[in-house]
Amino acid sequence: MTDSTDDIIVTRSLWFRFADGLRRFFDGDVFYSFRHSPVIMVAFAVTVLYFLLAFLAPWVAPHNTYDVMTLNLMDGFKPPVWEAGGDPRFLLGTDDQGRDVLSTIMFGARVSLTVGFLSVLLAMVLGIVLGMVAGYVGGKTDAIIMRIADVQLSFPAILIVLLIDGFTRSVLPRGVHEQLALVVLVLSIAFANWVQFARTVRGSCLVEKNKEYVQAARVIGLHPALIMLRHVLPNVMGPILVIATLGLASAVLTEATLSFLGVGVPPTEPSLGTLINVGSDYLFSGSWWITIFPGAALAVLVLAVNLLGDWLRDALNPKLR
Amino acid sequence: MFAFIIRRLLQSLIVMLAVAFISFSLFNFVGDPVNNMVGQEATAEQREALRVQLGLNDPFPIQFARFIGNAVQGDFGVSYRLSRPVSDVIATRLPATLELVFVAAVLALVIGLPLGVYTGLHRHGFGSKVLLTLSLIGISLPTFLIGIMLILIFAVWLGWLPSFGRGDTVQIGWWSTNFLTVAGWKSIIMPAVTLCLFQLTLIMRLVRAEMMEVLRTDYIKFARARGLSNRAVHFGHALKNTMVPVITITGLQIGSLIAFAIITETVFQWPGMGLLFLQAIQFADIPVMAAYLCLVAFIFVVINLMVDLLYYAVDPRLRVERSGGGH
Repeated sequence: MTDSTDDIIVTRSLWFRFADGLRRFFDGDVFYSFRHSPVIMVAFAVTVLYFLLAFLAPWVAPHNTYDVMTLNLMDGFKPPVWEAGGDPRFLLGTDDQGRDVLSTIMFGARVSLTVGFLSVLLAMVLGIVLGMVAGYVGGKTDAIIMRIADVQLSFPAILIVLLIDGFTRSVLPRGVHEQLALVVLVLSIAFANWVQFARTVRGSCLVEKNKEYVQAARVIGLHPALIMLRHVLPNVMGPILVIATLGLASAVLTEATLSFLGVGVPPTEPSLGTLINVGSDYLFSGSWWITIFPGAALAVLVLAVNLLGDWLRDALNPKLR
Repeated sequence: MFAFIIRRLLQSLIVMLAVAFISFSLFNFVGDPVNNMVGQEATAEQREALRVQLGLNDPFPIQFARFIGNAVQGDFGVSYRLSRPVSDVIATRLPATLELVFVAAVLALVIGLPLGVYTGLHRHGFGSKVLLTLSLIGISLPTFLIGIMLILIFAVWLGWLPSFGRGDTVQIGWWSTNFLTVAGWKSIIMPAVTLCLFQLTLIMRLVRAEMMEVLRTDYIKFARARGLSNRAVHFGHALKNTMVPVITITGLQIGSLIAFAIITETVFQWPGMGLLFLQAIQFADIPVMAAYLCLVAFIFVVINLMVDLLYYAVDPRLRVERSGGGH
């Protein structure tokens, strides 16, 4: 009897906490700023649309481009519908093998977003852990981590990613590398991008760790790791979110660049960058749609995410309000 | 000042050593160098003789020291893919990349700086808003896409400019230059524009932000109160004080221009170091990778050092703060 009443109380209080959080969010400054900037609402809608289309691609794409049986070489190089010779079955035309360009874009965005999302997530975890250790422990640990960060920051991310890719390519046998290409890609992009997270987290940590609530937590004997995760982390989440959003845009761009250079994802799983690379071979024969549409799709995605990141930075920064 | 230079030099040295170590590990731990040099039918004795000859049986620190000794003299061995000394290969490719980067950097600065000043002064003007929107789109467009679009428009549709290669080059000693022929100039336009666009938007936004910051300060108000002309206030007082961050970023961006040249060179098949490096990655050509890595790291370190030293030349305040009086 008592058990079930406890359950109800717990669920109710959880629900109340959730509803309360929700209400506070909708009354808050961030949502207010969101409601009053149409550009951001469009950017948000576009981003959500991309994620939806990417993850639902197997079900919503007009053609399944992975299914070789449905392809017909006779359908190759069809221009978009509105051009002379367009085929109503293929809204944005077809590529050299007769694949529907719109569908390849959806499947390509799926690969691009997966790689981008996972690598940012990994970079975030790595950056938060190292940044917190550096900020909280201080001393030599701090000096070593931050020196490495400084050195790494003076080299462009693309160079580091290329280098890791080249390294794994020479260490792993060719077949194995093909299979692991996506994993290597995610790891290398993550490794190239942890520094910004680490620097921000460390900076915030140094500020927060002298505040009274941290001292209070320390006095009651909480483990440092617990203090960091439960008490400090929530307070530095704002800037992390901003960096993560902007990082997603740059990770998608990095992945596209690598795939364009032919060292990114394997050709069996084309991302937007691969599509642009493949399509650029047919530019001179006049089939511009094979490369321009994936390119436009990539640019719009990156622009939307960049806009969101910029806006989030301004909205979360109390100084600018 | 002196202590500062020494400290920076030491830091640079450590970075170079770290990079050299990575290059060296590439050589040593990735595959067996002997296997890359002898044929399948080589006997165990021949292999062992080669190992001794190459010094591969020596202790690790001695091998590393020898590697550094060779690297300092520009000796990175023989390219697996091209079977030519790496230093030769790099020497033929270096001018193409440096000329491309030079033109791109000049373009970015010459266009970006005035645009930044303009958008900073006319903050709410229509022109500024258009330029800022364009710059955001410019940042979101990947470099290679801009290159492809330029090729599509100016090479395929209009047929004005060549879509790949360096055109005609003139050989001056070991340096081959684009700057002395019309075809050379025509072929460098599109790659340079592609490469500079990102840096251009960056410089523009930076100058704009710095100008807006400086224009709010008291000494600008005072300069206006003294009745100085707008031109004197904007360029003599405001712009001068935005120069420190602009120099830093521009300097550091030259390094990333060299890195981003990898992409531009691939799009335009520009025969520079970036293209060489990319092919080296695809073929696991380790000597070339190691040499490129060391060279680029060296350029980066030198640029960083020069930027730090330039601070002192440009901003007298730093000289006073750091050295506490005379220096």
